Amino acid sequence: MKKEVVISVRELTKRFGDFTAVDRISFDVFRGEIFGFLGANGAGKTTAMRMLCGLSFPTSGSGTVAGFDVVRSGEKIKRRIGYMSQKFSLYDDLTVMENIRLFAGIYGLSGADTRTRAAELLSRLDFAPERHSLVGSLPLGWKQKLAFSIATLHRPEIVFLDEPTGGVDPVTRRQFWELIYEAADAGTTVFVTTHYMDEAEYCHRVSVMVDGEIRALGTPSELKRQFAAGSMDEVFRILARNAKRGE
Amino acid sequence: MKNNFIQFVRKESLHILRDRRTMLVVILMPAVMLMLFGFAISTEVNDVRVAVVAPVRSDGIREAVDRLSRNGCFSFCGYISEQDVDVKLRSGEVLAVVVFDADYDRTLLQAEQNIPVKPPVQIVVDASNTNTASSAALYLQNALSAERPVPTVFETRLLYNPQMKSAYNFVPGIMGVIFILVCAMMTSVSIVREKETGTMEVLLVSPVRPLKIVAAKMIPYLGVSCIMLAVILLLARYVLEIPMSGGVGGIVAVSLLYLVLALALGLFVSTVAQTQVAALLVSAMVMILPMIMLSGMLFPVENMPVVLQGISCCIPARWYISAMRKMMIEGLPVAAVWREIAVLCAMIAVLTGVSLRKFNDKLE
Repeated sequence: MKKEVVISVRELTKRFGDFTAVDRISFDVFRGEIFGFLGANGAGKTTAMRMLCGLSFPTSGSGTVAGFDVVRSGEKIKRRIGYMSQKFSLYDDLTVMENIRLFAGIYGLSGADTRTRAAELLSRLDFAPERHSLVGSLPLGWKQKLAFSIATLHRPEIVFLDEPTGGVDPVTRRQFWELIYEAADAGTTVFVTTHYMDEAEYCHRVSVMVDGEIRALGTPSELKRQFAAGSMDEVFRILARNAKRGE
Repeated sequence: MKNNFIQFVRKESLHILRDRRTMLVVILMPAVMLMLFGFAISTEVNDVRVAVVAPVRSDGIREAVDRLSRNGCFSFCGYISEQDVDVKLRSGEVLAVVVFDADYDRTLLQAEQNIPVKPPVQIVVDASNTNTASSAALYLQNALSAERPVPTVFETRLLYNPQMKSAYNFVPGIMGVIFILVCAMMTSVSIVREKETGTMEVLLVSPVRPLKIVAAKMIPYLGVSCIMLAVILLLARYVLEIPMSGGVGGIVAVSLLYLVLALALGLFVSTVAQTQVAALLVSAMVMILPMIMLSGMLFPVENMPVVLQGISCCIPARWYISAMRKMMIEGLPVAAVWREIAVLCAMIAVLTGVSLRKFNDKLE
């Protein structure tokens, strides 16, 4: 794997009043990597991710995403990333095609590009017969696969996934991860938060956040060795044991 | 990037079109409200059942009764005896009783010669509904003194609305309420809905400027409101027969100004509220209630205590309703409502400024 840095974060901090949500975190993410961003609820994952996406300004520290500064060039970053939130991020009352067209429009794809990519997307997901169905009528797993495909429709350098598989059955989760692998193979960097520890095993590298700090960082096998644990689940439990913040 | 703006407007229009309940409300509400206020909830009286007590059937009395029964406002229920008056009124068989003196004819003659007399007619009205009662009493008084003047101590002239049609008064009020309801409430709810479902976050992560997202939301609602405006004006003109002698152009122009203000208000609510329910509550409690009570829609502003008059100055609908009354009913030209227009413009400027600032802060 080429070691080209696409996300670089140094001492990134976010405070809300007295509360330090993210406490001086530093890490690098390389191109084409699947980077798992783990942590219990309230550990600060989402806040950190929001800073990287240009949704929120850091209190101190610095970071670059796709070569642009997160403080000064938020708008340029937004053009180069895709985003899928833990809440479902498509419009239920629009059809599959209408959702695709909307997001293609948002990212400034031309009409011709939109048509070819939409056709490609529908055939990859076997969605062609459903393209005029309302998204609200699809099963959750399908929606999530569609949401991911739409988040990567404009071929972003990096795609941010905020707990993308919440509430989905194991089979669909497995299929969802196949999509993630495909995107990574095509050169897209995937930055994914999750609290399913079996999913952590699928990532190339993971970081574990506890109380706003990154307590561990490495490949899943490195971490398991470091903490003498049999699974990522165990690693996580060892780290989370001394957490001060509750759920 | 023009492409994405059109896509947005398209998306918002689809949201509105797909939501059947909203569509139904939007199409039916103005019509239903106008018809309700125009016909059902009217303070004018029709078909008042009147009985007559007459000790003698003199020429003068017969003439007066004849006049009553020919008048479309009354239906004559026959002669009754004096003892029955209470019974008939209580049973609701009649709403009013006219009691003539035995020497009615002679008293009239004396009155014509300017000899002071005591009134030869008594009108007894069931006042359990005060509005109907006072209107009915007034009607009866006028009808009785119409041709041969009974001695009257006062003369009433009703300006602008000579038939006292209540629809005249209600239409501007309804317009004031409906536009706030549609523009402010629906835009704020639709913006907050996206915050709630999480799609707003996806939009904010995209390269689209927040201002554009909001503007795209407003355009379809503005379109919907224009349709409603047209429906209301057509109904008002051709069904309720309101004159609008001030010129339709001015009415439409001021209404558009008010629509923009309502949209700005919606944007403001959406920056304050975090959930759809909160947005609805804010719209309903903070906007609609004071608007109905204090805008002059139901109760004249001039009769309120000074404190409430002061508060009513902050309510956009008050100015709009006042402008509409002047233009639709009194028939004044646009120039006559410059004060209302100035206030509406100032409100737009302040609201847009504040909410844009708040909206940008929220991104952080």
